[in-house]
Amino acid sequence: MPVKRERTPMPVQDGERRVGNFGEVALGYLDGDVRAEAVRCLQCKTPYCEEGCPVGVPIKEFIKHLQQDDVRGAIGAIKRTNSLPAVCGRVCPQEDQCEKVCIMGKRFQPVAIGRLERFAADWERAQGFPQAAAPPPNGKKVAVVGGGPAGLTAAGQLAGKGYAVTVFEALHEPGGVLSYGIPEFRLPKTIVRWEIQQLKNLGVEIRTNVVVGKSPTLDELKAGYDAVFLGTGAGLPVFMGIPGENLIGVYSANEFLTRINLMGAASFPEVDTPVRIGTRVAVVGAGNTAMDAVRTARRVGAKEAHIVYRRSEAEMTARAEEYEHAKEEGVRFMFLTNPVRFLGDDTGRLRAVECQRMALGEPDHSGRRRPVPIAGSEFELPVDSVIMALGTSPNPLLLKGTKGLSATVRGGIRTDETGATSLPGIWAGGDAVSGAATVILAMGAGKKAAAAIDRLLSGEES
Amino acid sequence: MTKLFLVSAPVVAEKAEPGQFVMLRLRAQGERIPLTIADFDREAGTVTILVQEIGLTSRLLGALEEGDEILDLVGPLGLPAELPTAGHVVCVGGGFGVAPILPKAKLLHRRGVAVTSIIGARTADLVIFDRELEAVSNRLLVATNDGSRGRRGIVTDCLRDLLEAGEQIDEVVAIGPMVMMRAVAEATRPYGIKTLVSMNPIMVDGTGMCGACRMTVGGEVKFACVDGPIFDGHQVDFEEAIRRSQAYRAEEELATKHEEAKQCR
Ligand SMILES: Cc1cc2nc3c(=O)[nH]c(=O)nc-3n(C[C@H](O)[C@H](O)[C@H](O)COP(=O)(O)OP(=O)(O)OC[C@H]3O[C@@H](n4cnc5c(N)ncnc54)[C@H](O)[C@@H]3O)c2cc1C
Ligand SMILES: Cc1cc2nc3c(=O)[nH]c(=O)nc-3n(C[C@H](O)[C@H](O)[C@H](O)COP(=O)(O)OP(=O)(O)OC[C@H]3O[C@@H](n4cnc5c(N)ncnc54)[C@H](O)[C@@H]3O)c2cc1C
Ligand code: SF4
Ligand code: SF4
Ligand code: FES
Repeated sequence: MPVKRERTPMPVQDGERRVGNFGEVALGYLDGDVRAEAVRCLQCKTPYCEEGCPVGVPIKEFIKHLQQDDVRGAIGAIKRTNSLPAVCGRVCPQEDQCEKVCIMGKRFQPVAIGRLERFAADWERAQGFPQAAAPPPNGKKVAVVGGGPAGLTAAGQLAGKGYAVTVFEALHEPGGVLSYGIPEFRLPKTIVRWEIQQLKNLGVEIRTNVVVGKSPTLDELKAGYDAVFLGTGAGLPVFMGIPGENLIGVYSANEFLTRINLMGAASFPEVDTPVRIGTRVAVVGAGNTAMDAVRTARRVGAKEAHIVYRRSEAEMTARAEEYEHAKEEGVRFMFLTNPVRFLGDDTGRLRAVECQRMALGEPDHSGRRRPVPIAGSEFELPVDSVIMALGTSPNPLLLKGTKGLSATVRGGIRTDETGATSLPGIWAGGDAVSGAATVILAMGAGKKAAAAIDRLLSGEES
Repeated sequence: MTKLFLVSAPVVAEKAEPGQFVMLRLRAQGERIPLTIADFDREAGTVTILVQEIGLTSRLLGALEEGDEILDLVGPLGLPAELPTAGHVVCVGGGFGVAPILPKAKLLHRRGVAVTSIIGARTADLVIFDRELEAVSNRLLVATNDGSRGRRGIVTDCLRDLLEAGEQIDEVVAIGPMVMMRAVAEATRPYGIKTLVSMNPIMVDGTGMCGACRMTVGGEVKFACVDGPIFDGHQVDFEEAIRRSQAYRAEEELATKHEEAKQCR
């Protein structure tokens, strides 16, 4: 059989129509698509794809099952190493990970591993399989701080081994960025809730509305548990520190997305939390968060939505797919443009952004060419609101409040290879350690730490 | 109307210190709003909150009855107040600020600090917490708009009287609406008396994650929920803070109207 060179496209909602709703954009493979795509996999003797996956999903094996129409076998294989496949299949930057090293990609297009993974996970959820019940308790207790992908993965791994796990989450809903950051049209919240329900079925207790470090303190938590895992994320929004940043109408991406995703503000006044962005919006930055913010803005009434980015198209950090989707949705991109100040009216509301054109100079420490301002190129962009999507850094709350917990130079929690922190009995992982990264890396860190915790508590190590 | 609730929240009560606050949410579609911990009892595991019914969520809270449950409550948030250990401190409470001033007065009193408390209300009948404050203050001054009790005027008038009389005051603590706190800060500025204010900007999460609560203090941007809510009143950019607190005026009115229409249906 000749190899099929092109990958099987995934049905998507039409660009014009979808800006009018929050329904999922990428609709997922149908049965026929799956077969067509699965047979593209060459079942390589050395499956390089698996080296590209941070949690080592047995890609070759699961696709083999799909080739044989055995979806149940496929999901079983995936779940051996990845506890959130419906999430990863949707939001992993596959083009930089598994699919980047797929052999098919050398000459043609890589196998659509993420889409296949998503299909298997969605199939399983649709079957409504009763998941593995809680194993017999082993008598040991572990506390997990933070209900994002890192914490949830650590919790799932440990609960599966019989530990009594309690997750402490500061907000009223677990999920971390999956709940408050990534919008419904990329990751439906029913999926996140379903995954969390699976953990509860495994016996994980989730306690929302608890800020560890305030009450209880980390020391107190440690006293009540055999081990603690910190997965507190990198939630602190970064601003530019330019004039006018506190005008009404300037949001951090976190505030804007939280109002909409966690608080449901798109349905105001049916829900009580409002959001107001007007009809002309500029989003500063060009990463995944910026794409999520600008595409969300389109869905809550922005007629004109701009991305303002000081570097060029080539340096954008957003996933290619998100960039394409944003363009299809009518988002306008202003590259090599940087805000210098925000201008307000006499009631303190934003009315315009003053921007400056940039040119690319010498490469900087990140290897990307450094943008340099072009003198005299300033211009005003009239807007009703601006959303700052410049990244986030780890929240210093726990580090400040806990004696002996060491930090990295970039404000994260310092750990060794296994996730152990400077304090005995306390592990950490995910964005809280690395700074803002990806869902799958956070999950990988949660898994690694869980394994280390298990080794220690089960007496394999002393 | 202002209403007081004793809330059973052992986790919060265990760590609460004067100056800190909670965030609460009352229903699935509800908003998260911040309220000061007006008092706490570690043994009983309770905190006292006082709410002034000004908009939708505060009214929904006000409508709760004894025995009802609050859907979500998280705290204690923010930094505890750093209060002096000696001298003479004037505590000023206006509006809902009358309640949260109480634990501070209490703490100061216990430390042996001389406390003058100043509270205000529209009319004598609406004066609250006067007895509780009197018990922990060396002196209680009351201002009413109609002069039906104490001095006619507002709390800043009482404070100005003291300042003009040349009284020795080491520090002032003011809690209440932002315009009141600004007036207090302006009154003490010429005298160089350290003035602490407890800021109440719009908040969303209350954990330092969104930046909605940011304000300029001494030329620097601070997040009130994690760096505050208590700041040096002479450093706060009140004009900016007052404006930001009005950001959702129109929506707030709409929310209330929408809820009323629903109740009538
Ligand atoms: C808008 C947006 C879009 C993104 N898109 C993608 C994408 O497409 N693909 C991808 O791979 N990655 C994406 N990311 C990045 C990814 O979401 C994160 O890397 C990942 O969520 C990190 O997981 P975590 O568990 O370490 O932390 P988080 O998800 O941040 O979770 C941390 C949790 O801990 C809680 N917490 C913090 N402090 C405390 C405390 N003291 N006590 C109790 N609880 C606490 C927080 O409330 C939060 O719920 C995106 C991020 C954002 C913001
Ligand atoms: C640290 C802090 C402590 C506070 N302590 C108290 C207290 O002890 N008692 C009390 O009655 N009030 C207190 N407030 C103010 C209280 O949070 C607001 O009155 C309440 O949120 C109003 O909500 P609403 O829906 O009833 O009114 P809305 O109609 O929504 O708003 C009325 C006004 O309240 C303010 N506001 C609205 N939403 C928020 C929000 N999410 N966060 C903060 N302010 C908001 C705005 O300035 C607005 O103009 C405090 C605020 C802060 C930040
Ligand atoms: S988890 Fe992510 S990286 Fe790993 S196989 Fe799935 S999509 Fe690829
Ligand atoms: S590298 Fe590509 S073709 Fe080879 S096994 Fe992995 S997915 Fe299949
Ligand atoms: S309320 Fe969100 S950062 Fe303070």
